[in-house]
Amino acid sequence: MLRRDMFKAGMGLAVAGALTLGAGAGAALAQDKQVIGVAIPSATHGFMGGLNFHAREAIKRLETTYPSLSFVLATSGDAGKMVNDIEDMVATRDIDALVVLPFESEPLTAPVQAVKAQGIWVTVVDRGLSVPGIEDLYVAGDNTGFGRVAGEYFAETLGEGDNVVVLRGIPTTLDNERVEAFEATIAGSGINVLDMQHGNWNRDDAFDVMQDFLSKHEDIDAVWAADDDMAVGVLEAINQAGRNDEMWVVGGAGMKEIVRRIMDGDPMLPVNVTYPPAQIATAIELTALGLVSATPVSGRFIIGSQRITPENAEQFYFPDSPF
Amino acid sequence: MTSSATPSVPPSAETAPVRKPRRRFGLHVLGPLMALVALIVLGAFLNDNFLSAANVQNVLARSAFIGIIAVGMTFVITAGGIDLSVGSMAAFTAAITILAMNALIAPLGVSVLTIALGMGVALLAGLAAGLVNGALVARVRIEPFIVTLGAMGVYRSLTTWLADGGTLSLNYELRTLYRPVYYDGPFGISWPIIVFALVAILGELAMRSAPFGRHCAAIGANEQVARWSAVRVDGTRMATYALLGLLVGVATIMYVPRLGSASGGTGMLWELEAIAAVIIGGTVLKGGFGRVWGAVVGVLILSLIDNILNLASIVSPYLNGAIQGVIVILAVVLQRERKADS
Repeated sequence: MLRRDMFKAGMGLAVAGALTLGAGAGAALAQDKQVIGVAIPSATHGFMGGLNFHAREAIKRLETTYPSLSFVLATSGDAGKMVNDIEDMVATRDIDALVVLPFESEPLTAPVQAVKAQGIWVTVVDRGLSVPGIEDLYVAGDNTGFGRVAGEYFAETLGEGDNVVVLRGIPTTLDNERVEAFEATIAGSGINVLDMQHGNWNRDDAFDVMQDFLSKHEDIDAVWAADDDMAVGVLEAINQAGRNDEMWVVGGAGMKEIVRRIMDGDPMLPVNVTYPPAQIATAIELTALGLVSATPVSGRFIIGSQRITPENAEQFYFPDSPF
Repeated sequence: MTSSATPSVPPSAETAPVRKPRRRFGLHVLGPLMALVALIVLGAFLNDNFLSAANVQNVLARSAFIGIIAVGMTFVITAGGIDLSVGSMAAFTAAITILAMNALIAPLGVSVLTIALGMGVALLAGLAAGLVNGALVARVRIEPFIVTLGAMGVYRSLTTWLADGGTLSLNYELRTLYRPVYYDGPFGISWPIIVFALVAILGELAMRSAPFGRHCAAIGANEQVARWSAVRVDGTRMATYALLGLLVGVATIMYVPRLGSASGGTGMLWELEAIAAVIIGGTVLKGGFGRVWGAVVGVLILSLIDNILNLASIVSPYLNGAIQGVIVILAVVLQRERKADS
């Protein structure tokens, strides 16, 4: 099933459908099988690649653990496609539960509401819908915590008069929440934020921005790159300027290459902050648990952002994940 | 029009000499140059480090990818075509190059030969992709907009697929060996700048003095007339896309050692930046007239805007895109008005 994105998401859905139908027919009548539909964005960048990986892993694991469950996984390249996929799941696969990471909040709200109205369990992941109270279960990372945990490390390690620069992501509420929490946490510590620019969670953009920061500022003590893809570009720019000894970099989200370097004790990468793509696995597992048992799983599950240090890095290292 | 014999120095390394032939050019030619000079003055005024060797080097080296592509794009547009696929083509070529180099380590080890063969793969992949575009446009006669829009989606998806949704990384030791190709060079000038300058000079010569450039302009101006004038229309048109593909390969050779990785997000929107640079430089979007040195100026203008916005932080970074847009439009408007005057 690897690299299924080759088939357009619809094809992927058809293939997944055919596979699970086949399995269902084999196991007596499909009546007593419960079906969970999983709709996520396709793997267009590192984080989503990791998310796709963890979704597939979780499904594989749960299909062995609970033979009474079957899964339909659909990955979509845009919001419209995702709506179609969800409609197809309801119409043709008779799903009992839906796990969805909305491509965008607005366009997905009404379709998911319609799914809910048919009495299907709805789990929403990471991005909330624009109308509250539709979903039975909400699983998400903690953006405020993401900024705060990074800020705490800066506040602990740096002091009065130390200078930092910040690379921001794509301008979104998510990015704002992170940056505001970071600023609030370091407020009063005497740390100067010299500059903030958008690196768009992109290696090349972050490289260019960091080159310019290095030209502009003589004295930088630390960089909050806020994302591991951006951290890669930042590290290369610092390396080029030959200023490796002057500053350290904190990325975020726990990309395997970066976690590896933290494990190895790289002085330029002291810590990292998690924003796990594996949160999709949490959502699928909890949904499955709710279907097969009486365990109550409704509510909100916010996955805390943790600090990755050289001591605990091993438990955050997934060498097989693409991210 | 602008057929003066003045040797045009591509203003990559030195910007000052470019202003010299002022008298011989129509005023409209000065539009993009004036915008460039104004940006340089503004940058120097806003930040002392703007004219430092390191910053100039950074800006020129990062302009090189899109600059090299924009030179090729000038020929495609002059001949009345367009290529929207270059950004994804660069990502795809980078992915293939990285995979090839990693695979070649087993038989050849971490050696210069591995890198040289990898570079060959990049050039071949780019050339092949360009030939496919060219064949579909010139032989199968499909609108270039549609051909290259389709190709854009194909290469982008293929790259994501090759990377399994993640990032392809070059082997670490090999990258250490390859790294100087982006970061070092003779006399302290890094290789991308030198290659960019060479491509620009050769492009300028081809456009002005070689039959190829004339034929491109003739086809773009009026295809029927060009055909009657015994210009090999299909062959020339195909050659423009093949040349552009080859130059995408050249840009990739410079790009891969920079970060040693490629993903589905590599080269995003490069096609638009390259096309914008070509048009800012005075090439006519509907074909018939092309100016290679103008494209070089256009690329530098685009890079400098980013650089100055980062160095100055005078406005909210939310507005960066708006400022870029306004300057791009101004550079072209300036040119239009001058043209009307003269």
